[in-house]
Amino acid sequence: MSALITHSLVKRFGGVLATDRVSLTVEPGELHAIIGPNGAGKSTLIGQLAGEIASDSGSVRILGTDVTHMPTHKRAQLGLARTYQVTQLAKEFTALDNVLLAVNARAAHNFRFWSNAHHDTAAMQKAKAALATVGMSHLHHAEVGTLAHGEQRQLEIAMALATAPKLLLLDEPLAGMSQGESSGIIALLQSLKGRYPMLLVEHDMEAVFALADRVSVLVYGRIIATDTPDRIRENAEVRAAYLGEEV
Amino acid sequence: MTLQLALSQLLNGLQLGVLLFLLAAGLTLVFGIMSFVNLAHGSLYMLGAYFGAAAFAKTDSFLLAIIAAVVGAGLVGLLLDRFALTKLYARDHLDQVLATFGLILFFNELIRIIWGPASVFISAPKLLDGTIDIGGFTYPSYRLAIIAAGLAVALGLYLLIQKTRVGMLIRAGATHANMVAALGVNIKWLNTLVFALGAALAGLAGVMAGPIVSVQPGMGEPVLILTLVVIIIGGLGSIRGAFFAALLVGVVDTLGRAFMPTIMRSLLERSTADAAGPALASMLIYLFMAVVLAVKPQGLFPANVAAAR
Amino acid sequence: MNDTKPSMLWPVAIRWRAPRTVVAVTIIALLAVLPMIASALESSYYVSFSTRILIYALASIGLNFILGFGGMVSLGHAMYVLLGAYAVAIPSSHGVTSGFIHVALAVGVCVPLAAGLGAVALRTSGIAFIMITLAFAQMLYFGAVSLKDYGGDDGLTIPARSTLGGLDLATNTTLYYVAFVTVLVALYLSWRAVLSPFGLVLRASRSNPRRATALGHPIFRYQLAAYVASAVVCAIAGVLLANLTLFASPAYGAWTLSGELIVIVILGGLGTVFGPVVGAIILLALEETLPTLVEATLPDYKSNWMLLLGLFIFFVALLLKRGVFGSLPASARSERAEP
Repeated sequence: MSALITHSLVKRFGGVLATDRVSLTVEPGELHAIIGPNGAGKSTLIGQLAGEIASDSGSVRILGTDVTHMPTHKRAQLGLARTYQVTQLAKEFTALDNVLLAVNARAAHNFRFWSNAHHDTAAMQKAKAALATVGMSHLHHAEVGTLAHGEQRQLEIAMALATAPKLLLLDEPLAGMSQGESSGIIALLQSLKGRYPMLLVEHDMEAVFALADRVSVLVYGRIIATDTPDRIRENAEVRAAYLGEEV
Repeated sequence: MTLQLALSQLLNGLQLGVLLFLLAAGLTLVFGIMSFVNLAHGSLYMLGAYFGAAAFAKTDSFLLAIIAAVVGAGLVGLLLDRFALTKLYARDHLDQVLATFGLILFFNELIRIIWGPASVFISAPKLLDGTIDIGGFTYPSYRLAIIAAGLAVALGLYLLIQKTRVGMLIRAGATHANMVAALGVNIKWLNTLVFALGAALAGLAGVMAGPIVSVQPGMGEPVLILTLVVIIIGGLGSIRGAFFAALLVGVVDTLGRAFMPTIMRSLLERSTADAAGPALASMLIYLFMAVVLAVKPQGLFPANVAAAR
Repeated sequence: MNDTKPSMLWPVAIRWRAPRTVVAVTIIALLAVLPMIASALESSYYVSFSTRILIYALASIGLNFILGFGGMVSLGHAMYVLLGAYAVAIPSSHGVTSGFIHVALAVGVCVPLAAGLGAVALRTSGIAFIMITLAFAQMLYFGAVSLKDYGGDDGLTIPARSTLGGLDLATNTTLYYVAFVTVLVALYLSWRAVLSPFGLVLRASRSNPRRATALGHPIFRYQLAAYVASAVVCAIAGVLLANLTLFASPAYGAWTLSGELIVIVILGGLGTVFGPVVGAIILLALEETLPTLVEATLPDYKSNWMLLLGLFIFFVALLLKRGVFGSLPASARSERAEP
């Protein structure tokens, strides 16, 4: 069963066709990357997959369940985890609390008013483990506002992992990163490959070709090609679409 | 229930609606463009009434009263924006609520100091002092004039917003404030303009209401809350929404107050009706708002896209 | 005195030497012995005045839970105080004086009402939410005004204080201590709740609701639950207020009271548990002393002292970022990094 299937997704904003009959899949264990020039509609697509934007038509299935009309939090409960292009963290919280929030999202409910959230040893273990996976064990008690940009992006990934996801949606995780920070994240994603089905939206071509099993190219809201990284590199239409940009 | 009664109450509702529109138009723009919660908008309405009354007392001319109210309130709005409020535009809504709450207390007290706690007097212009008679149906000329004036202003606003460059900037600012700033438009100037315009409209509403309401300290707050209801129902940042919602609210509130007791009496037994009637009448408009919200949380005519912050 | 480790009683380590702890403990201690000091000074007025402070503090503690921690700016919470007051006044006018019935009625009406109003209001956020809570409060205010059989606009006097088992609330000191204990309980419960998993989600829904939702939290439920809880606290404050003044009036639900509660929360410090107590003390003390001050310096304007209050509130909003209590450090000097 595919982790993700979209069928002919369409989204219009006024007169602009932002998503033009997008159909794609993410198979178990694969890393499927989406690339495309600026303005191609990548964020709009992610928004529809995550449930923050309502599609005009088409469908989305996650792990076999039709989620097209499901609100975001329900999709998350099905196993969808995402990171944002513009970091979305609880800025007043510490790094650990952000990850703890993610861990607790998998609990049946959080209507516990009496005990201290930090005394839930099982949850704290999971949170610390997730932070360890991204190499941030030394930053547990750092307030998010004090973290470097790269560290914030790592934290987002830790939060995604902490929810024991069944499908990862990564929206430009390398955005705004320095060379050093980037290689760290690429290594991290490399280590996660195969363990989780991942849909990766990225601009950074080096990362895409190092990580992806399959690449789809999004231009003006439409997928013009889906293939292995090497064949995409050779694809004439793709090269034309990028006109002068590095492929 | 006679036709005379029904029609005159309907017109009363429209008259209230038109005044509410003058207040709501400015306020919804301030909410929508600047994302600024201005609770002191009612104070500007009050100031308009007082400026008008003061000018009227000195010159006996209603026309001068209107000018004094509009210019005076607009000026106060301009000064408030420039000197008191600019720092607040970037702040939390909570801080804005608190600050403008403080301003309400300040202005109410200021008015009391200058003009005393008792209500002041302003009368309708002599020209409109009587009633109009249309085939047996009579209605106070002044109230009819308010409706006419209000609709004229609404038309003028429509033309301003839809047909001028400034209006286009205001419309763009209502839905995409960041974009407008990024395009190089002096957003501060636009904000000041919007704020002062809203203040002037509030002042106009105040002076027009002067002859038919009690001009006294604290007169702004009940009207403010009704205005907020209008904006909620109409949709934040939407002048069109404000227009239709204002007329709707004005009519529903007026007709409700006039006829709810009677309706109750025909449905329930006397004593319950006499208790429930007035209660339901005054709560009616809020229940109506709750129903609208339950169905359409962004209001009936939301200004599109990312206005609701 | 060293830190006390977390235990059954304390959800976190108590840092006894932190300025915040010192101030909070001092204030609590002073409030505990206040009636004795007042009787020594032969001034019973201060007992009533302090009871009033405690009642406002209680209502503000309720509001602070959703405002300071949940980020929900409710400009209408006074309506629940109003509810609590009439939950005493109306039964009393029919001869029902049991305090237990009064509280049960207050809570019993408050929960479904707050759940209903909250469910509608929480469909919006930001400016719309603020305005809707204000509008709902107006609705209840008019509802109270229309209660012609129960005083209407003039309000309803209450013949006697509620009877609470063996406690004789007619004695001012007893009422004071009932209010005092209620405040302590409210402080303790909100402290635990803020640190709990529930509190984590609530605080996250303020800090970044989009993120909390994307993780899978159905934040609406938590916000609504917090809203109802805070309303109940305000209703209980209303019950106490009616007992203190032996009066219930629509004015208890006026938006100006809602505004005062917000002032108190911010004055004390958003995001602190004890802040509302500090804020209540400061605001009510100010409202007591300003008129006297103005009368002494500008006697012609003695009835216009609220002008100064308005300016005070304006500048608090503009300048006071973290409140009076919130500006105190939460750790002892030796724990803070030296500059």
